[in-house]
Amino acid sequence: MRVTFTVNGRRHEADDVWEGESLLYVLRERMGLPGSKNACEQGECGSCTVRLDGEPVCACLVAAGQAEGREVVTVEGLAEYAKERDGSEQTGDLAPVQQAFIDAGAVQCGFCTPGLLVAADELIERNPQPSDADIREALSGNLCRCTGYEKIMDAVRLAAARADDSAQEVV
Amino acid sequence: MEFLRPASWEEALAAKAEHPSAVPIAGGTDVMVEINFDHRRPTHLMDLNRVRELHEWEVGDETVRLGASVPYSKIIDELSAELPGLALASHTVGSPQIRNRGSVGGNLGAASPAGDSHPALLAAGAEVEAESVRGTRFIPVEDFYTGVKRNALAEDELIKSIHIKKADGPQQFSKVGTRNAMVIAVCAFGIALHPETRTVRAGIGSAAPTPLRARAAEDFLGAALEDGGFWDNGRTIPPAVAREFAELCSGACNPIDDVRGSAAYRRRAVGVMARRTLGWTWESYRATGNGRTTEGGAQCA
Repeated sequence: MRVTFTVNGRRHEADDVWEGESLLYVLRERMGLPGSKNACEQGECGSCTVRLDGEPVCACLVAAGQAEGREVVTVEGLAEYAKERDGSEQTGDLAPVQQAFIDAGAVQCGFCTPGLLVAADELIERNPQPSDADIREALSGNLCRCTGYEKIMDAVRLAAARADDSAQEVV
Repeated sequence: MEFLRPASWEEALAAKAEHPSAVPIAGGTDVMVEINFDHRRPTHLMDLNRVRELHEWEVGDETVRLGASVPYSKIIDELSAELPGLALASHTVGSPQIRNRGSVGGNLGAASPAGDSHPALLAAGAEVEAESVRGTRFIPVEDFYTGVKRNALAEDELIKSIHIKKADGPQQFSKVGTRNAMVIAVCAFGIALHPETRTVRAGIGSAAPTPLRARAAEDFLGAALEDGGFWDNGRTIPPAVAREFAELCSGACNPIDDVRGSAAYRRRAVGVMARRTLGWTWESYRATGNGRTTEGGAQCA
């Protein structure tokens, strides 16, 4: 079957999609967007986290046909998405949360990073000043098998603090 | 495989009548796992995401009509006052990503004994609204579970909504697992105090082939509370009564040994959860002024 949906603001189309195929497979194998990672295929690890009509979901658990006509944001489009949302004049190719992950040293092997970035970005969008408990809750569906959770926590705190600073500058 | 995309409820019922083997998919958190792992190859996959009313809920005088596809995250955000037990249970489901997609309708459709919503539904009191082109049935939730991953739906029926009694007293939910998130219950327990009818209902999950009510425990506790005038005097429940309630809840279990836990552990843990959640709900009942005395001391879990 053919599926058509918007990914990172652009209309994408894929043909010959098998009916049982996941959104994740279509993104990675048919649309050339391998940023979302494929690991557990059962919603346990969060490496495939994308936004579907704004909500963080596991792309491995969405049937491709269910994405028809809907809006998907993947890690590849995160910087652009954040830029439009924040209305900022940030330069560079990275979303604030991506820069914070680099600055905090929150990337080890990097496999879990795309899912964590999408989840963390959504958290700060929804809750600009998250407590540690809020961060842990928001990231509870994303596993890091390097177990680099402390640096990831640092990165999210840093991204939130920077967002708060720049908000105050605007005022 | 064929992918069906009904745009309305009527279309969905017609499609299910025409293709009884069609597997409905809403959040996909169960169905897609089975497909990804090649455990299931349905002839038809029927996407219910376009059927708007399945995502809607309505708060009535006595009950909440919860559309089958309403995700857990919405129950937590919007219905925790009316359905406190179910909201607590919803919060223990998977992760934020899973709670954004998974729904009570899916939990019922899958009918896993470990489904998190079941103990809360059993404790609150609920009916499943099942519909087909032949008509509508309201199935009490305790009759809905017929075996491990089996339910009372006919092959042409779909779950439209769940009618859940609004809380008339404190409710609690407790679940045993290895961590707080992303855990399938080793066992789970839901309790609801019903001051209006002076009854208590208790639901047990993951400790028998189906979710079930601990009816002997409910009856015992109801009689003990009534005989002691506890609903009126609001006194602390005597430890012996709580202990007997816990033992009867343990006794209601019919668990197995499996990778998540042993039968003996499950039985024991259900008793512990029963005693604790009874303490929490009863303290809450007393604190809200439903009981008259202010006899000191928190109930020990």
